[in-house]
Amino acid sequence: MSAADTKAAGPPVSVPPDPQPTGKEPSHDGAAPRVQKRKRKKGELLPYFLILPAIVAIAAVYLYPLGKTVIMSFQDMGRRELWSGEPAPWVGFEQFTNILGDPEFWWVTFRTVVFMAICVTLTMGIGLLIALLMRKLSTWVRLTLTFCLIAAWSMPLMVAASIFRFMADSDYGLLNTLIAKVVGEDWLGHNWYLDPIQGFAIITLLVVWGAIPFVVVTLYAALTQVPQELEEAAALDGASSYGIYKYVTWPVIKPVFIMITTLSVIWDFNVFGQIWLLRGNKPEPEYETLGLYSYSKAFESTSFSQGSAIALITVLLLSGVAVYYLRQLMKTGEVE
Amino acid sequence: MSSSTETQVLRPDRKKSRLHFDLLGLGVALFMVFPVYWLVISALRPNREIRSYDQTLWPSSITFENFVRATEQPNFATAIQSSLIVAVTAVVGGMVIATLAALAIGRFRFFGRKALVLVMILVQMLPPTAMLIPIYAQLNAMGGIDEYWGLIVVYLVSTLPFATIMIRGFVVNIPVELEESAMVDGCTRFGAFRRVIFPLLAPGLAAASIFALVNAWNEYLFAYILINDNSKYTLNVWLMTFTTERGTDYGALMAASTMIALPVVVFFMIIQKKMAAGLTSGAVKG
Repeated sequence: MSAADTKAAGPPVSVPPDPQPTGKEPSHDGAAPRVQKRKRKKGELLPYFLILPAIVAIAAVYLYPLGKTVIMSFQDMGRRELWSGEPAPWVGFEQFTNILGDPEFWWVTFRTVVFMAICVTLTMGIGLLIALLMRKLSTWVRLTLTFCLIAAWSMPLMVAASIFRFMADSDYGLLNTLIAKVVGEDWLGHNWYLDPIQGFAIITLLVVWGAIPFVVVTLYAALTQVPQELEEAAALDGASSYGIYKYVTWPVIKPVFIMITTLSVIWDFNVFGQIWLLRGNKPEPEYETLGLYSYSKAFESTSFSQGSAIALITVLLLSGVAVYYLRQLMKTGEVE
Repeated sequence: MSSSTETQVLRPDRKKSRLHFDLLGLGVALFMVFPVYWLVISALRPNREIRSYDQTLWPSSITFENFVRATEQPNFATAIQSSLIVAVTAVVGGMVIATLAALAIGRFRFFGRKALVLVMILVQMLPPTAMLIPIYAQLNAMGGIDEYWGLIVVYLVSTLPFATIMIRGFVVNIPVELEESAMVDGCTRFGAFRRVIFPLLAPGLAAASIFALVNAWNEYLFAYILINDNSKYTLNVWLMTFTTERGTDYGALMAASTMIALPVVVFFMIIQKKMAAGLTSGAVKG
């Protein structure tokens, strides 16, 4: 949208950056724009009526709660204030100083970042390899693989978590049976969640398994855009298959790859359900990531303000990634 | 000429190496589909095989006793009812609002249009807990806990950004001349929408509503927090009742999960092509 467009369609909404609102009508616009303006006037309110319900809805369920999160994190809202409706007392930055001074918070943040990094690396790495593999397959194998990917993709999170919980169950889990066949009987009855590292291995498996179909389908779609002739030409000129990949294939799929990676960072940073469901709705403290930490502070310890403050810190941590994602989107022109 | 001989030389070689790739591809397919296979097979096998230390990859016999036990679990019927009421109402409402907004964004250039799209993309990246706490507090103050409408409003709005951006993609693909010529021929703006745009938009609307329906059907976190009344549990929250202090009835859990997943799988197969495109075109949903 150019500056001229903004100005011509501007009047229905108050435009803040206008220096002199009173003297704007006669002085700013020449004769020609004014004619155009009059023509536009008839329909120019219609789009605002059309988006009004959406704006109200988004403001009510996203923006208002976000504002309330900010407000609550400067207050001290507990169970009493929630049920009595009394106004919560203001405490300034106390919640933040408490949280930032708590070593547990830093452990949780560290755990969240490491978990996210491992999940994203595995998802994108394996996803890219499978997408590249798909180009080399015969048609019927590719169709079979696509079908299997879609079947995995369509599993509701709750159902997928139940399956993985069953497979990694200490008594009746398939995983223990299979490992016991190879290693020995000691593995029967092995509890995967006693050691958080083993527990997170199962959780990572669930997250990566659930994310791979989307990554593969999207990357494969991008790969079909790579001109076959270019690759053949490079091969004739003596490029190695790695050289072809690096100089011909990769540049084409790079924008899509970066986009999905950014999305994966955001999604895996916010992983909540997988951990929550695998730990039977009551994750132990060693399993808490930032989302669960915020949840347990709010709903288990009923300090809604602490929970909000942690959620707000999470939002701030993620905002950098979100801005990067938006810039990528704007570059590709998707927002226009 | 030289190129045709080249390809002839290359072809047998390529076929040979393709076999390795095919085997690898089948291995990957097996790995991806295995949990789904395990779900279905566990739902169908006798309970004594499930409650066994020696799990076998093939069932000795097929039985529907797990399904019977799952349907006899308390609140099964009310859970279906709750899920349907909440999901369908949220989707119908969401589609109406999203279509209006998508028409505005796709058809008009107005001040704030880009900002609106950006906000819609951004709000989807907010962590769920950042929304959960204030929404819980607000609904609690308004008496919306344990009521369907609280959940409906949340689901309606959470599908809105994605649906709007997806439908906008279909709107911009309908030539504006069609609408204009209908209006030249005497249709009102609304008439042009109803007679020309809407029929062309219908496939897009169907895809977007299926997507929204699946999302609402699968959601459990808000349902778990906002609904505490057993008789108003949605299906996903009801699934948790298979786990008690005495352990988990995995057979019935797998059977119930199969029943919940089945409609989603069917719908998913219908729209998966459009969804892959929608997800990358700036509409985000995790």
